[in-house]
Amino acid sequence: MRWEYLKILVLALVVWGVSFWVRNDYIFNVLTMTGLQALVVLGLSLLMGYAGQVSLGHAAFYGLGAYTTGILSAKYGLSPIWGILLAQGLTLTVAFLIGLPSLKLRGHYLAVATLGFGVIVEVIFKESVNLTGGPSGLVGIAPLSLGTYTLTSFKGYYLLVWSVLLFFLLLALHLVHSPIGRILLALHDSEPALRSLGYNIHRLKLGIFLFSASLAALAGSLYAHFVTFISPYSFTFLHSVAFVTMVVIGGIASLWGALGGAVFLSILPEVLSHFEDYEVVIFGMILILVMIFTPEGLISGLERRLWRFAKS
Amino acid sequence: MRKIALLFLLGIFLFLFSFQALAKEPYRIGALFSVTGPTSFIGDPEKKTLEMLVDEINKAGGINGHPLKLYLYDTQGDETLTVKKFVRLVVQDKVLAVIGPSRTGTSLAVAPLAERYRVPLISCAAGIKIVEPVKPYVFKTAQSDRLAVKKIYAYCVRQGIKKVAILTVSNGFGQSGRQELKRLAPQYGIEIVADELFGPKDVDMKPQLIKIRKTEAQAIICWGTNPGPAIVAKNMRELGMKQKLFMSHGVASKRFIELAGEAAEGIILPAGKLIVANELPDSDPQKALLLSYIERYKARYGKAPSSFGGHAYDAFLLLKEALIKAGADKAKIREALENIKGLKGIHGVFNMTPQDHNGLSEKEAFVLVEIRGGDFHLLKE
Amino acid sequence: MENFLEFLFAGLVNGAIYALIALGFMIIYNATGVINFAQGEFVMLGAMLTASLTGKFHFPLLLMLPIVLVFVALIGALTERLTIYPAREASPLILIIITIGVSILLKGLAMFVWGKDPLPVKAFIPGGPYHFLGATLPPQGVLILLVTVLAFLTTEAFFRFTLWGKAMRACAYNRLGARVIGINISNLTCISFALSAALSGLAGIIISPLTFATYDMGTMLGLKGFSAAVFGGLGSAAGAFCGGLILGVLETLSAGYLSSAYKDAVAFLLLLMVLFVRPEGLLSLKTAEKL
Repeated sequence: MRWEYLKILVLALVVWGVSFWVRNDYIFNVLTMTGLQALVVLGLSLLMGYAGQVSLGHAAFYGLGAYTTGILSAKYGLSPIWGILLAQGLTLTVAFLIGLPSLKLRGHYLAVATLGFGVIVEVIFKESVNLTGGPSGLVGIAPLSLGTYTLTSFKGYYLLVWSVLLFFLLLALHLVHSPIGRILLALHDSEPALRSLGYNIHRLKLGIFLFSASLAALAGSLYAHFVTFISPYSFTFLHSVAFVTMVVIGGIASLWGALGGAVFLSILPEVLSHFEDYEVVIFGMILILVMIFTPEGLISGLERRLWRFAKS
Repeated sequence: MRKIALLFLLGIFLFLFSFQALAKEPYRIGALFSVTGPTSFIGDPEKKTLEMLVDEINKAGGINGHPLKLYLYDTQGDETLTVKKFVRLVVQDKVLAVIGPSRTGTSLAVAPLAERYRVPLISCAAGIKIVEPVKPYVFKTAQSDRLAVKKIYAYCVRQGIKKVAILTVSNGFGQSGRQELKRLAPQYGIEIVADELFGPKDVDMKPQLIKIRKTEAQAIICWGTNPGPAIVAKNMRELGMKQKLFMSHGVASKRFIELAGEAAEGIILPAGKLIVANELPDSDPQKALLLSYIERYKARYGKAPSSFGGHAYDAFLLLKEALIKAGADKAKIREALENIKGLKGIHGVFNMTPQDHNGLSEKEAFVLVEIRGGDFHLLKE
Repeated sequence: MENFLEFLFAGLVNGAIYALIALGFMIIYNATGVINFAQGEFVMLGAMLTASLTGKFHFPLLLMLPIVLVFVALIGALTERLTIYPAREASPLILIIITIGVSILLKGLAMFVWGKDPLPVKAFIPGGPYHFLGATLPPQGVLILLVTVLAFLTTEAFFRFTLWGKAMRACAYNRLGARVIGINISNLTCISFALSAALSGLAGIIISPLTFATYDMGTMLGLKGFSAAVFGGLGSAAGAFCGGLILGVLETLSAGYLSSAYKDAVAFLLLLMVLFVRPEGLLSLKTAEKL
């Protein structure tokens, strides 16, 4: 754990340093979006790596967070803080209703249930035009504010989002290194063994699922207030798949890997953008190659290779 | 086996890499189009048109002696990506103005940023929310859907059609059409007896049509973009339905007729003048420009342009006019854009004012066309 | 009532397409434990090739059909050899992500080859609708149903009567056991990809005159096919087949009687409810274990 504290500290210093060194809004914008995605992926990584469950509907939770606070802000003028809290309440309720029945079963029922949930939510975002603004989106969401202070600068959002991310990363690392974390890891290997020791696995899994849904919703809420416009096209099934991809590419059961995966897949399109029409093809190819050559995840794979190189 | 796989994929990689080409010039302009993704049928012709125009201008010596440097990014029709690219254009590429984005949603997503950075944005999307309420730095070239709806309803009234069914696609384009159809119906004394929707990727619209068949609808108005409306036209034939079918300007391209085949015959739709350019009277102020656009586009890309490309053409004409007057000054470009009068474009004559950042009049924006003999023909009014 | 018959028929036709795709999912899942996210792209390839061969080169129907099927099956086999085989030691989740990559790659290449606009495909059977008990039935729909039933029966026969089919079933029950008794898992995986791709390609062929061919048509169809497969329990061909038909009918009935705007939501809501009540899927032999 001491090692982890050190890594967090270094990352925090880098994040803080970047805010002084960089004077370019474009970079801050890209980094903010990356941070938001990383927040979703962090939760999903816990779910996949430690509860052994896949969610194919995390974009829906992300969207639920964005739309709840977005609608409350744009239509009812509610302050963002209350919007974000209410979004948390709603998301947790919904996640509980999905998680309760599907996590009771062994196998990937959560994946299927969240997939169905994602489709339903997408339809609701599109069709409840009076509430959500429909397919052409919801305009007029206020930026974040607390009392009389309003946050508008990209640098401000960058610092906020990455602080939130670092905080939850720390929390998640604590969880993983705590006795509960070790139980969760054992869950991966043998459920019956744990059950015989008297642990309530179902409740543990549900807890992790709720936590990850809550992180996704928080990221979504921040996204809504950051961009001040949302539409159903940002919260589709394909986005859910992208989140899962980020977790796997970083390395399942590795929180730092998840962070790396999110950063890698967020930055990659920026780098590839001048390939224009070929961008998608190259993106697909890189994804395949990374998975074939570092099946343990890009970050863990590179780490292992570096060690081996250092030793030789 | 792994090695062969790697070599194979590397091969594709190198092949694609060799396609890159670069050039460097001064007056910087930005463009954001959905070149790939679900709305690529809009962004692709826009990109091709703009690239053609920029090349032409540069060959002719540029604007005020300055060549143009175009920074064009693909948004994939995705808002998050569009916001990123917009900031990149403004901050990194330091462009004087931005043309696009292609979709209403993506346009609305970057409109607040255009205001914030004081960069003129000339959207190519149709949604009226983009320019209403007016934002100083935000303009758009596409005709508002309201004008298209008015054309259809006026025709219905002349033909004595009083009851219609509407069938709209559940995306931004369909939503905007549906809103206007519902809002304007009472003004024309038209009753909407069925209001059905379909998904952009739906493969069968028969359930909706069977429902409509039960009503007293004399005509069906379908609002969508390819391929959905072509499926609707075919489904109607399959069900043996004989109601008059109206489409929107979203399918005003030859592609729609190819898709729907026989079933396209007799369909009436509002469209920009581009698809019936050669049938326009010689007195029409836009005719020469339209014919020249079609000819140049065909020469370069081997096929006729779609009306979406026309929106990018108009955006470019507006920006060119403003650049000639204002030079490299964003605030002055904005001011010049707002005061452009009588500019003949592909989709009408633009008369901008501080209150109207679209500047198209009802008369010129759309004509009604009918599909006969596998082609569009101007419908005499 | 006459409307009900028409809704039912339209739903069955829709569902038949989902059923074919679901069969494809089921076959690969049983052989490898992988959910193949590129399944929808095989449908797209089938439709695209049909559009090219019939539109541009005017191939006759009966010649076009085997060419397209073989071609899509080859792409399926190639996909397996180039992307799944090199990573065969990895966990199913890794393989699933690889199939996502394949899906992105195939879609990108298709956009490159065929362009972004939908391509037209002429109806296979000319002529107007048939009339049956006061309902109108389009000929293309009848064709789709016939072909699907035929394809399903052929698949079922393959599983029951051929050696490879039996090997696949053995593999689905117990992978390790299958290996022990000398089944070549690697070849089996390749064949399952080819077969699965061919079935999805067939779906693409027969659906193309109704929906045309677009490079991005596969994603939505793949999603629906996957849901149908889960609905049927991912275990048996009969399950996938019925799952597809039921999903199609549910969708059409909810569009017809409830709301066309919410039809997908209604269909998936019912799917979720069934899943919670009967988690093993409608027709699966396996029973879900409670924790």
